[in-house]
Amino acid sequence: MKPNDPAIKWLEDPKLGLAGKMYVPLFVQGLTTTARHLFSPKITVDFPEVRPKIHNPLIYRGVHRLNKDAAGRVKCVACFLCATACPAHCIDIVAAPSPWPDREKYPESFTIDELRCIFCGMCEEACPVDAIELTSLFDLTGRSREEMIFDKEKLLSVFDETVDAEPMQSAAVGGTL
Amino acid sequence: MSFVEFGIALVKIALILFALLTGAAYLVLLERWIAAWVQDRRGPNRVGIPFTKIKMFGLGQPLADGLKMIFKEEYTPSHVDKFLYTLAPISIMAAAIIPFAVIPFGSVLPPFSIAGEAINIQLVLAPNVDVGMIFVFAMGSIAVYGVILGGWASNNKYSFLGGLRSSAQLIAYELPLGLGILGVVLATGSLRLEDIIRQQADTGVWNVIMQPIGFLVFMVASFAESARLPFDLPEAEQELIGGYHTEYSGLRLLLYLIAEFLHMVTAAFLISILFLGGWHLWGVTGSGDESITWVTALLRVAVLLAKVFGMILFFMLVRWSWPRFRFDQLMALAWKVMLPLGMVNLAIMAVVVEYQTQILRALGGSQAALIALMWAIAILAWVIAGLISPLATDNRPRVELSDRL
Repeated sequence: MKPNDPAIKWLEDPKLGLAGKMYVPLFVQGLTTTARHLFSPKITVDFPEVRPKIHNPLIYRGVHRLNKDAAGRVKCVACFLCATACPAHCIDIVAAPSPWPDREKYPESFTIDELRCIFCGMCEEACPVDAIELTSLFDLTGRSREEMIFDKEKLLSVFDETVDAEPMQSAAVGGTL
Repeated sequence: MSFVEFGIALVKIALILFALLTGAAYLVLLERWIAAWVQDRRGPNRVGIPFTKIKMFGLGQPLADGLKMIFKEEYTPSHVDKFLYTLAPISIMAAAIIPFAVIPFGSVLPPFSIAGEAINIQLVLAPNVDVGMIFVFAMGSIAVYGVILGGWASNNKYSFLGGLRSSAQLIAYELPLGLGILGVVLATGSLRLEDIIRQQADTGVWNVIMQPIGFLVFMVASFAESARLPFDLPEAEQELIGGYHTEYSGLRLLLYLIAEFLHMVTAAFLISILFLGGWHLWGVTGSGDESITWVTALLRVAVLLAKVFGMILFFMLVRWSWPRFRFDQLMALAWKVMLPLGMVNLAIMAVVVEYQTQILRALGGSQAALIALMWAIAILAWVIAGLISPLATDNRPRVELSDRL
């Protein structure tokens, strides 16, 4: 295709005004913008000293927790829906007959590999009894791979840590319980 | 030269070298701070005193940066010309430091005596060099060799392109730079930097007041000469991945980076000395050298350094205000706008210097009227230049002139 092909539509550049042709007015304008930002409040958070404000902890997808009911028992009924929904296959549940009369099964062991997890929140969506939830803890670190595989006790302790700041979502968002 | 004078010269050299290298290191920190603040970030604020928790707003950062650079692997690629590859950073660093031999950083210290010998210290390494301005100019041109050598010896297309761009750019902008200086030299009648300052201090009229176009042309050209952002095409990280220093690492890269900052410092010193009155400030520093006191001497140093610092801040702010030129725009600006404007300035200054008494008599003997006339001419020239040759970004293929008409 040649440059003078009639099919080519050449767009005209916007015309420069007088201020644009003189450069200096526009340059001063740009410089004032720069100078204004020089003194404007900074957006960066001084992270370890200052914690960032999480807008809505209830919908944040951080570290998992296993919820407890009013009697302090684990809410999970070992239905495997979360493990099935999980796209990263990071949830491993071993079910056992429940010692309590109100359900058939309970999780004898419940482990989540936080390193495999992609924090998509599908487990939370899938859970029929709102037992598994994602908290707003985002700065998860560990010194070994083994340390990052959370077992049932660890997940329950996350619940104990976060339940005051982030109440169970059922009541707040109209859950099943 | 007596033994004492020799010692004083050595002390001055040590002082200037120390101040320059430390200054360059801290300018890197300042640059990063300004970059961060302009982008609403906080910038480096962690590194303080090593092995303690004291942060000092990140003032330890230059030390950490320097250590990092020193301990990095100094890799020499197998395809480079080893001799030139090593020579290039050395030559650019040397060329960046040498101009400070004649650049004054104050006026004089009051006379005092050591061991019965009266001593007059001038605050410049090599006082009263008759060709001072030419010396600075020549050394600035040698800096191009470092860039071109680095680009050529690296045997890499990006480096080579960076070196080529740099040579074209520096040659183009040396003309407006020279024209800007010529106006000042005409007004002073001397190439000594000390005389240029003294003339501005004696008359109390800084050259920027008398020659606004010369100032503008010189400033734009010195931005280009120090390859700062609107004109940083030799490096252009986004296009040339660093340009001429792509293949460098470790200490050699450090030399390049420091030399770059020193170019900016030189440019800031020159702008302050040639156009902004050097160490002179009305009602603060006085003008003569004869009855100078310690307070005045130190005040003059402070004033000059404050002006230089202000110019450096301006350099850094401009970096975040204006995007990089395309290469044809860069050339158009040099040849179509800056060169004619510089010539206008030179012509006006020649007329004014030659017929000063007649012009002053015609204007009723008032200096203010002369200055107003200069500014009127300056604005007129600027408007004409802007109307005739705007940097239109016309990407279309060139059409024959007859088709357009």
